[in-house]
Amino acid sequence: MANSSALQSATSGPDALSGRLGSGPSGRKPRRMLSRRNIILYGLLGLAALYYLLPLYVMIVTSMKGMPEIRLGNIFSPPVEITFEPWAKAWSSACTGLNCDGLSRGFWNSVRILVPSVAVSIAVASVSGYALANWRFKGSNVFFSILIVGAFIPYQVMIYPIVILLRELGIYGTLTGLVIVHTIFGMPILTLLFRNYFTSLPEELFKAARIDGAGFWQIYFRIMLPMALPIFVVAMILQVTGIWNDFLFGVVFTRPDSYPMTVQLNNIVNSVQGVKEYNVNMAATLLTGAVPLIVYFVSGRLFVRGIAAGAVKG
Amino acid sequence: MRSHVPAGRPSQLFRNLNSKIASIPMILIAVGVFLGGTIWTVLYSFTRSGLLPRLSFVGLDQYERLWAAPRWIISIQNLAIYGILSLIFSLAIGFLLAALMDQKIRFENTFRTIFLYPFALSFIVTGLVWQWILNPEYGVQSVVRSLGWTTFEFDPLYNPEIVIYGVLIAGLWQGTGLVMCLMLAGLRGIDEDIWKASRVDGIPMWRTYIFIVIPMMRPVFITTLVIIASGIVKVYDLVVAQTSGGPGIASEVPAKYVYDYMFQAQNLGQGFAASTMMLLTVAIIIIPWAYLEFGGRKRG
Repeated sequence: MANSSALQSATSGPDALSGRLGSGPSGRKPRRMLSRRNIILYGLLGLAALYYLLPLYVMIVTSMKGMPEIRLGNIFSPPVEITFEPWAKAWSSACTGLNCDGLSRGFWNSVRILVPSVAVSIAVASVSGYALANWRFKGSNVFFSILIVGAFIPYQVMIYPIVILLRELGIYGTLTGLVIVHTIFGMPILTLLFRNYFTSLPEELFKAARIDGAGFWQIYFRIMLPMALPIFVVAMILQVTGIWNDFLFGVVFTRPDSYPMTVQLNNIVNSVQGVKEYNVNMAATLLTGAVPLIVYFVSGRLFVRGIAAGAVKG
Repeated sequence: MRSHVPAGRPSQLFRNLNSKIASIPMILIAVGVFLGGTIWTVLYSFTRSGLLPRLSFVGLDQYERLWAAPRWIISIQNLAIYGILSLIFSLAIGFLLAALMDQKIRFENTFRTIFLYPFALSFIVTGLVWQWILNPEYGVQSVVRSLGWTTFEFDPLYNPEIVIYGVLIAGLWQGTGLVMCLMLAGLRGIDEDIWKASRVDGIPMWRTYIFIVIPMMRPVFITTLVIIASGIVKVYDLVVAQTSGGPGIASEVPAKYVYDYMFQAQNLGQGFAASTMMLLTVAIIIIPWAYLEFGGRKRG
């Protein structure tokens, strides 16, 4: 591996080099843009980037072609004649087997599910995290541990008991029911997120407020909430993408006329009847992916922070 | 809880009352849903429940039927193939990408954005895109053939033998960005002095990675492993979107088995037994990890 030592000396700073290259030419090794190391490095990264970008590219070009062009050409070639008809059709007149009013119905269903679910789940989890961080009571950590272990339990194990529970409450199949389900399954990760954040805030702040006579809710609303805005944004990113992308709960806990966008998309693309219109399918897929993608590109580093907080236990 | 302290110490129950009231949703969810629901499902997996759950115990009958069902055996095999390969490849690719990203490169943010964006997309979107790319009539196969290699064959979604690898390609595309991010965070946590010391000793870079850095990153690897593994057991939407379990039953997975038996075949007992097996699989992954992680912390 003569190559790798060349790779290595190119990365090392001058101090590390001086140890090894006592004799021979001294001074900083000139850095060239087109060294062999850089070609390999950026070549590999570029190749990987190409692989990751390819499906997005294919989606975009396919959705802008007409069907005759798709049948003739290959999926990677750019469209000869750009058309937005597939987009219009996917949005307003694609058929799911039940109805033919396109994805717009699913989009608005998803919005109706998303807004209350995100709000309720974050509200409940932030208060729980605050209670766990600042107002510990006997047994509170036991409940928290159950919650965290619960995050690893497959949803399939808990789905049927929840169906029964919601049926007993008379809200199975309603929006309220689905909001509760999203709140339940968002709890572990969000509570962890908020608990860790509130624990990291200086304790003196909390103590000072206590001495001044502030109570549980007063401290929460007037001190903790304003200080926790960044973590609220992270939680929102996490929940918006998570709930928008949900499929299983949408299928199980809603009725066909209020299916969220992902379920409707799957029904449109995988419906057996009719001629397959690949361009419409890809336009529909892009439309469904657009919301989380926009959230992702706008939020940038906060998204990374969210998933890192979600993934690595505190 | 009446105490004999004369000054009328407030009862334990009412200490921190607001906090307890605020924690009621959390307690209900933790105990009522997570704990209660799991116990409920495990309990009912020993019953004869069909269309409706009912408590007439039949011992291990449901499990015997489950393990005699060809569809379940295929589901388990698929999960094993998908799981093992997906663990190996996502750890390998994720680490490799992270190591490349850690070379003080330019445009790091651009590359990170590109590698991670599939993770923001749903499994449904992922499955449908790859269904299209792997379409034998128009997709990769036809493109390679049109380049002159006319006997080229790559149609995983229509070939029962290799369909699960088609799902694997899509799954890796969606998930490796996350692994890369976790690994990169781990690499950034390695003390710079380690690198300096190994350079002074003249150890080539690849050896430093294999013999020093990777062993040091053991906790990161284990945590990542647990996260990917518990995600793999849940894999459902991807298969539904990409193959619907087909061709035939060649790409069925346990989570789909559970859903189909619970909500379509009206055979709840099978669904409960299958989901209990899923729980068992997760337990096998989680318990040793929790033991290592938290048992180790006490000793340290």
